[in-house]
Amino acid sequence: MSIVHKDERILLAHGGGGSLMRGLIEDLILKRLNNPVLARLEDSAVLPPLPGGGEVTSGRLAFTTDSYVVKPLFFKGGDIGKLAVCGTVNDLAASGARPLWLTLSFIIEEGFPIDQLERIVDAVSEASGQAEVKVVAGDIKVVERGAADGLYINTSGIGVVAEGVNLSPSLIKEGDKVLVSGPIGEHGMAVIAARDQVELDIDVESDVAPLGGLVRDILDNGQAVHFLRDPTRGGLAAVLNEAASAAGLTIRLFEDKIPLKSGVKAISEMLGLDPLSLACEGRMVAIVEGKGAGKILKQMRQSPLGKEASIIGEVLSPLVARVILETKVGGRRTVDMPYGEELPRIC
Amino acid sequence: MCLAVPAKVIEVSGTKAKVDLGGATHEADLTLLGQAEIGEYLLLHAGFAIARLDAQEAEKTLEIFREMEGEVSKRLQ
Amino acid sequence: MKSLSGYSDASLCKKLAGYIKRLAKDLGRPVSFMEVCGTHTMAIFRFGLRQMLPSEVHLISGPGCPVCVTPPSYIDLAIEISKIDGVIIATFGDMVRVPGTHSSLEKEKARGADVRVVYSPLGALEIARKNPEKRVVFLAVGFETTAPTVAAGVLRARQEGLKNFHILSGHRLIPPAIRALLAAGSNVDGFLLPGHVSVIIGSGPYEFIPKEFGVPAVVTGFEPVDILLALRMLLSQMSEDRQEVEIEYNRAARPEGNEKALEMLYKVFEADEGQWRGLGRIPESALSLKHDFRFLAAEGVFDIALGPSREPSGCRCGEVLRGVLEPEECGLFGTSCTPQHAIGPCMVSSEGTCAAHYKYERSPAPLERA
Repeated sequence: MSIVHKDERILLAHGGGGSLMRGLIEDLILKRLNNPVLARLEDSAVLPPLPGGGEVTSGRLAFTTDSYVVKPLFFKGGDIGKLAVCGTVNDLAASGARPLWLTLSFIIEEGFPIDQLERIVDAVSEASGQAEVKVVAGDIKVVERGAADGLYINTSGIGVVAEGVNLSPSLIKEGDKVLVSGPIGEHGMAVIAARDQVELDIDVESDVAPLGGLVRDILDNGQAVHFLRDPTRGGLAAVLNEAASAAGLTIRLFEDKIPLKSGVKAISEMLGLDPLSLACEGRMVAIVEGKGAGKILKQMRQSPLGKEASIIGEVLSPLVARVILETKVGGRRTVDMPYGEELPRIC
Repeated sequence: MCLAVPAKVIEVSGTKAKVDLGGATHEADLTLLGQAEIGEYLLLHAGFAIARLDAQEAEKTLEIFREMEGEVSKRLQ
Repeated sequence: MKSLSGYSDASLCKKLAGYIKRLAKDLGRPVSFMEVCGTHTMAIFRFGLRQMLPSEVHLISGPGCPVCVTPPSYIDLAIEISKIDGVIIATFGDMVRVPGTHSSLEKEKARGADVRVVYSPLGALEIARKNPEKRVVFLAVGFETTAPTVAAGVLRARQEGLKNFHILSGHRLIPPAIRALLAAGSNVDGFLLPGHVSVIIGSGPYEFIPKEFGVPAVVTGFEPVDILLALRMLLSQMSEDRQEVEIEYNRAARPEGNEKALEMLYKVFEADEGQWRGLGRIPESALSLKHDFRFLAAEGVFDIALGPSREPSGCRCGEVLRGVLEPEECGLFGTSCTPQHAIGPCMVSSEGTCAAHYKYERSPAPLERA
């Protein structure tokens, strides 16, 4: 759908991971920068093999980039530094790559407290250690007071995709199962609770965590895994709508199988939010071969970051590209692509 | 325009009550209700407690329904 | 409260759906019930109840949604005020995307307006306290559920002598809107009455619905069992040829309502004529500040000459709201009026009657009904 009109301005929601951002990418960016690798719109670009040798011989390189502007910078369970490493590592993992190297660039507002910057860089080093990746390049820019809101981070990441690992929405077929590696919406809720819009004391922490290890475990299974994606902005609803439309299939979810913490459920109801559209930062969605699903579930649950993994749905015959939800009380509804930004509501 | 959720009172001080929403606590204003006792369930809307939830009534409605069920299933036999 | 979970018990819902199906079949004709409040519309969507109901039972989304409540003129005025230097607009999230004649608060925010989302009027007061050099205007919208919380906020602002706190009152009242719908002639066979409005006003103000118009009405809660049980109660009234106001949501709503909240509401506000999107002008259906609170009415503080706010031409949402027109019968439906480019309130509201029709009924493979 065409979103970009000449006099329109970039709205906040254009960066929200939903239909508006999607339209912006297709109508504005792809039209000018179209090439086979970018057109796939994967979480990271899987590059053709390197010409000749080098440390990386048999596999292909995956390359991605992302920016981090979360407000506030610090929230229960993490901060912008940990988020920057995990977000980039998880994009690489979602393309089947073993993350290797990151770059890290800061844009900082004049007057930003040094001790906070130290806390953030500490978090970066801790998270990159946990993810077994190295920050190989970086940059710092400072802008005058008022030109930026505190601090922003931009990253890029390179990983290697082993021989025979091939993930794509085109592999999704009828009978496949949909898995998620843990409870949803926790990062989104932790950030909302940390903002001063609503005075809340909530025992929900951001789920931000590096998933390279978990993905490696489930990929050692031959070709049972067809599709992987880390549900960040727009949550489960955005990821599964993208998968359904890319594959041209219907995905059917079962609400009672979707893991959800009571604090996230309670506050979503209070603020009129849909947990399916709330951001996660340490979860992986996998669409896998029907008969291989049980084994992959067991493996996910063995990983420390997959203890509450669950099979939450299945792929139906090609009715129409759509996501439907069988609700807990026996009803059924569609799961729409989120607009782009979840706001506390009273209706 | 009227999203409101039940919450249990865990602390009261003046016109404010600390309430538990089941996994999160929040401070609710009691001005529209007068006062509240610890352990009571209140209905929260836009930061205010607008009603006291009556546990017996809640149970009664479900009970009536179960009786209706009994009487209906007798009719259906 | 253990029993609360009983209200979203799947087996209870399945049984209730079964009763509804049998009762509807016995009636032998299609019936249209209106859920007046937008929160019911969202709950029906969220639990997927539409698919649990027999095809004979139609649900119409009523005027109780944030979009219908705010005519374009209200949004246009809020937008003009947001352009004034030193102004902060505080608003519920619901209002951010509602379209005015030319723009919306979301688009004005992108152009530099200071628009902040709050969850409570107390949040707007807090912003005013923290920014004494700015003028804070709270968009006070909502029904009898929300208006008392705003009244409490206004009283507190006066108590604290907060000079920079103003409200733009867009409050609306439910009973006059239902009366206007019925008086204009509607096909509605029964009303699901808004549970939380009724927590405040009680059940008395709805008595005219059965008494003057012979239509059943049930004060309804927002859990799936509440909604299905209320539909069953409406069908029972029809099959027993009874018309009355019943309270299903008796754990929260009492016949006399919340007297303390009503007293505070009418200490600060008084009833006034109101403009509704799609329904036009309805007497005594809006709330405006009483004389000795008018000093904090935003309209008085900022004198703004508004251009004409026009309702989109060809929009027949008024008739859809009365149940006398199916969305497909409106000339704009599905062509110039779609969820991406919404014109009338029934399409602008994400789960309004036309938006729901566009998403569920029109899609190539409609979800099979129970």
